[in-house]
Amino acid sequence: MNGFLDRVLGRVRLGGWLAVAAPVVAIVFAVLITSVVLLVAGKEPVEAFTTLADYGTQPRSMVMILNTGVMYYISALAVAVGFRMNLFNIGVDGQYRLAAVIAAGLGGAAVVPGVLNIVLVVVAAVVVGALWAAIAGLLRVYRGVSEVISTIMLNAIATGLGSWLVSEHFGVLTGNDLGTRPIPDDAHVPGIPLVAGTPVLVNGFIVVAILLGAAYWVVLNRTRFGFELRATGKSESAAVASGVGVKKMIVVTMVMSGAIAGLIGMPELLGASYKYSNNFPAGLGFTGIAIALLGRNSPVGMAVGALLWSFLDNSSNQLQLLDISKEIVQIMQGVVVLSVIIAYELVHRYRLVAEQRRVSRQLAAPAEPPKAEAAV
Amino acid sequence: MLRNRVSRLAAATMGGALLMAAAACGGGDDTTTGATAGASSAPAAAGAKVGMAYDIGGRGDGSFNDAAARGLDQAESELKIEKKELEATAGETDAQKEERLRLLANGGYNPVIAVGFVYSGPLVKVAKEFPDVKFAIVDDDAAKADNITNLMFAEEQGSFLVGAAAALKSEKGNIGFVGGVDVPLIHKFEAGFEAGAKAVKPDIKIQTKYLTQPPDFGGFGDPAKGKTAATGMYDAGADVVYQAAGGSGGGVFEAAKAAKAMAIGVDSDQAALPAYADFKDVIMTSMIKKVDVAVFDFLKNFTSGTVKAGPAIYDLKAGGVDYSTTGGKIDDIKPKIDEYKQKIISGEISVPSS
Repeated sequence: MNGFLDRVLGRVRLGGWLAVAAPVVAIVFAVLITSVVLLVAGKEPVEAFTTLADYGTQPRSMVMILNTGVMYYISALAVAVGFRMNLFNIGVDGQYRLAAVIAAGLGGAAVVPGVLNIVLVVVAAVVVGALWAAIAGLLRVYRGVSEVISTIMLNAIATGLGSWLVSEHFGVLTGNDLGTRPIPDDAHVPGIPLVAGTPVLVNGFIVVAILLGAAYWVVLNRTRFGFELRATGKSESAAVASGVGVKKMIVVTMVMSGAIAGLIGMPELLGASYKYSNNFPAGLGFTGIAIALLGRNSPVGMAVGALLWSFLDNSSNQLQLLDISKEIVQIMQGVVVLSVIIAYELVHRYRLVAEQRRVSRQLAAPAEPPKAEAAV
Repeated sequence: MLRNRVSRLAAATMGGALLMAAAACGGGDDTTTGATAGASSAPAAAGAKVGMAYDIGGRGDGSFNDAAARGLDQAESELKIEKKELEATAGETDAQKEERLRLLANGGYNPVIAVGFVYSGPLVKVAKEFPDVKFAIVDDDAAKADNITNLMFAEEQGSFLVGAAAALKSEKGNIGFVGGVDVPLIHKFEAGFEAGAKAVKPDIKIQTKYLTQPPDFGGFGDPAKGKTAATGMYDAGADVVYQAAGGSGGGVFEAAKAAKAMAIGVDSDQAALPAYADFKDVIMTSMIKKVDVAVFDFLKNFTSGTVKAGPAIYDLKAGGVDYSTTGGKIDDIKPKIDEYKQKIISGEISVPSS
């Protein structure tokens, strides 16, 4: 029997037409509830949805959606690695920010030229993210501290530490903004002209995000490590009984999650802002949690979720032009996540009931049980 | 096993709660935007179409975004302009800020006003793309172009005056400063406050506390944090606390009321604001930063075709910063404060800004 949490985190697969039904039900739910909210707020839902559709199909907005989506996707992957093993890494937020501060400081110092500097920045970010997450993993293994509690606290410490590093060591004041020294031109990651009809380039890190998504799928589904990770997530005691070193798995998974988290800030740092300042986007780690739930930890699902989330975020300006407040966008995002959870739960329950009916039908008609079973 | 399951459940609930909290952040005031927009479509508006991009918090933050909004409203009624207001969301990138400004400029809004130094980088790029559009930015002098006006304030000078007032009014020789977020802009408030207090009483004890560290800008909108910090200061012997904490300031006033002590407001004449009517007895004065005046001046210059690019400095001399006397609690020391004011204006006292 599987629990609610297993179903929420996508550890139970739906087969056949049910796998299509769940997302469709979710979308219908989300559209309906959002329409009601818009009507209550005194706005015209049709106008709002037309604006959204119009916005989403312009080349320029597509690039914007892809660019923020890349960061959201990497964040979701970082969270999902933990989720698959029942590890709740709430600390992705702190991990990517601390990683970005230190990487930006190093990159701005320009100790090595050109491409080497890019490599240095990325490696530094991955290492810092991994080490910061490892603290929570080790605390869990050796002291039994729940990673939820420790990562939340580590987030606060990362904020303080990052702020101290910027103000005391790396900081340069531009106007009223305090930030690290900009990374020199030769170490910028170039954009890709992926979408026709607009001069805006797609962030080069989209390649990294796609590779990461593929690697996530391969490692989890096609390696022994991935099997052990999923097994531990489904039942820790069964995993122990079959010889999985759960302690090692916890630390390694946490480190992996943190290493991916370290990359979240890289598209912005190396492809857009080139420095870490008071303006650096915060809270991406929490967005990642929502998207991992939305995408049910599947690499494709999370990609769709990240793009949807990014689309809604970016369309907030357009909706504001219609005098629809940006809070409506946040309501939409919340509604989408809840719809997905509810829709999948409903479909799961429907499947359960349908199965029970089928079995009882078979029991009631004992004449031809062998045939029926063969058909299944 | 059971324990494990329970802890998982707790974890899941917590994650959910966090999401909810994230979603709840920045509660709405869609009514204001909606209502005002209805008025703006009136046929009388033959004048300029003004685009306004707010920082996080937007219209209704009871602090500096609101001050900018007041200037815009005044311009709407006096200069017959049309307006469109867009607001930032938490955790957005520079590219998204850029899009907001571009959307306004592209949509025929001219001039476009960016509220907050966070728009500095994005504004430079967008201003280059739209050379015929006039831009203004509040609190930033780093964005320079022929079509950008920088509206700058001497927060340290106004803070000096309320610092002097705090020292003159403190009976215990112990005062406090609560800053919203530990950023250079708020350091100016602190530096001026400290200099003013020490000018009156060189050995005065000043407690300082910043509510959050960047990039966590929650300190500008968290009254509970403001209350905790100020309560700590009053408990440790302070009898006047100055807050430069945006929306968190309400918490500081609450703490002052509970401790039967005094507090100093910021940005607006907060003792006169309806939102803080419950606390007007504890707000002895406020450091006024006239963002509304700066915004209105800029729009007025725009309509008369006399906009000048580059920094427009709003200091004590220009009347861009000041202190308030609403409630009459500092009437007895007003001559002394005005004396400092004159000395700053004449240049006899120069106030440090960091």
